[in-house]
Amino acid sequence: MIYLKIFCIFFKIGLFTIGGGLAALPLLLQELTSRGWVTEREFIDMVAVSQSTPGPIGINMATYVGTKLDPLGGGLAATAGMVAPSLIIIMLIATFMRNFAQNTRVQNALGGLRPAAAGLIGAAVWFILVRALADVGRFPEQGWLHLPAVGLFAALALLRFKWNGYPVYFILIGAVAGVLLL
Amino acid sequence: MIRDLMQLFCVFFRIGLFSIGGGYAMLPMLKRETIDRHGWLTEEEMLNYYAIGQATPGIIAINTATFIGFKQRGITGGIAATLGMVGPSLVIITAIALCFARFQDIAAVQRAFAGIRVAVAVMLVFTLHGLVRKAVINRLGKILAVAAFLLLAVGGVNPVPIIMAAGIAGMLFGPKPEAAA
Repeated sequence: MIYLKIFCIFFKIGLFTIGGGLAALPLLLQELTSRGWVTEREFIDMVAVSQSTPGPIGINMATYVGTKLDPLGGGLAATAGMVAPSLIIIMLIATFMRNFAQNTRVQNALGGLRPAAAGLIGAAVWFILVRALADVGRFPEQGWLHLPAVGLFAALALLRFKWNGYPVYFILIGAVAGVLLL
Repeated sequence: MIRDLMQLFCVFFRIGLFSIGGGYAMLPMLKRETIDRHGWLTEEEMLNYYAIGQATPGIIAINTATFIGFKQRGITGGIAATLGMVGPSLVIITAIALCFARFQDIAAVQRAFAGIRVAVAVMLVFTLHGLVRKAVINRLGKILAVAAFLLLAVGGVNPVPIIMAAGIAGMLFGPKPEAAA
């Protein structure tokens, strides 16, 4: 039963996504690539698509992988799994403990969870960074830095310093530069 | 009843549709729709929901949607709000995922994605920098962040036990209750 399996894997990812933003990224990276559900390159392309389309990144990634595994209902199963822990836990907290976030034990646990999540996200970002700069398009076997890619990285980083625009604009610039330069 | 659920669904569908880039990009839109337009909650309540959303498992946007929906119309309200929030993703991403396989072998598309990967790396590095500055604020945090990075990046350890161990470490070595109060 592929739907049940997809649901369970994404339930696990949703359950351990703590701290928001990119917190789902390291879990997705580990679970999806180790199972062979997506290749390393597909994973990075999925992050790009998820960042430049509406909706939370974790949900976009779940829908994308689910649809790839089973075009009919895989996206729905993955997304349902991803949000199920939220539904259950938030409703329990809303009913029984409204001052949950102020609880000292919870605060202390978060004091450990947040920096660890940042470290894990750092590892996922490192994974993507290395592949973006070294393993470009036509040179999959080559492990060295690809200089045009490094140049593009420096140019986009400079632009990002000056201007905090929507991700989709950076991705469009990256796409055009990729066709012309890489 | 059905009308209220439809309204919750539609409002959160709209929020999901216009929050590009995830997470904090959603906050202004969430405030305008739920507080200013519908008066479903006060600003203080929203900050509290947001704090709980950050402290509990799951995607913050989904946690906040569930909370507001549940407060309005109970369990079905929470489900309606969450369905609305994920609706745009399901429609848009499914369409992209179904089409992308057809284009990915074209040479120009591959070169475009090589450039896109660089752009994604730039944005992630900036997001990560902001995240580290907010999350890593003491010595325990520094140790845990570096350890978690190395365990996943070098060791390839599954993140789940790392996350559990970090939570326990925070409870054991964090400030004592009386000192924290």
